[in-house]
Amino acid sequence: MEVNFDFSTLAKIKWYEYGIRFLLGGAITVVAGLLAKQFGPVLGGLFLAFPAIFPAGATLVEKHEREKKQKAGITNSIRGRQAAALDARGAAMGSIGLACFAIVVWKLLPLWNTGLVFFMAVGIWLAASVLIWRVSKSHWWR
Amino acid sequence: MIQLTFRFIVGGLIVSLFAAISDALKPKSFAGLFGAAPSVALATLGLTILTVGKAYAAIEARSMIAGALSFCLYAALCSHLMMRNKVHAAPATISSLVLWLICALGTWAIVLR
Repeated sequence: MEVNFDFSTLAKIKWYEYGIRFLLGGAITVVAGLLAKQFGPVLGGLFLAFPAIFPAGATLVEKHEREKKQKAGITNSIRGRQAAALDARGAAMGSIGLACFAIVVWKLLPLWNTGLVFFMAVGIWLAASVLIWRVSKSHWWR
Repeated sequence: MIQLTFRFIVGGLIVSLFAAISDALKPKSFAGLFGAAPSVALATLGLTILTVGKAYAAIEARSMIAGALSFCLYAALCSHLMMRNKVHAAPATISSLVLWLICALGTWAIVLR
């Protein structure tokens, strides 16, 4: 299955949809910091992987797909819900990569340069996520 | 207050960047990988290292493993509810946050604390 990056999609997204994500992203970053300050890094660290923005993202995916079908004259389509479900399935795979990111930071941060550790951790997250996605799409998996 | 505002802006920008990448990607299952991007972690850990130090950030990262595995169960439940039980995205993803909280806080209480 081919992966595409379509810049024109970004222009179709409304300003308030970007705004919702910015607000939620900023809010969870502040909350994670405050929780760590109040209850310590062990509890606060959990919230670095809190799916704060996920509900907004999945809802927008469903809405955009539904609107696309309505423009094509199909009013009672399940495509929006299916697209959001596929998005969630991808996020489940990506979260394994997220755990790999956390392991790299946990183990290497006290030893190595911060920038290098973050660079490696992001690379491992992306590589692990894409690998799991590729395996899920391969024929022998089905 | 200035630190909180800075944290809010940095977090908002990094999360928005990953969300925009996700929007532009196809197919949707691949774009979904970016729904679990380490955006909040990058913002928070970076600022934590600057203010408290690397050792503190490493402890946060260890707990983040439990948070990420809880995210996996959460996202799998969301996908199941939408695909099989025909629940719409907003109720499925918001109500399932309870599962994330149970898994993450349960792991904290049993293993991490």
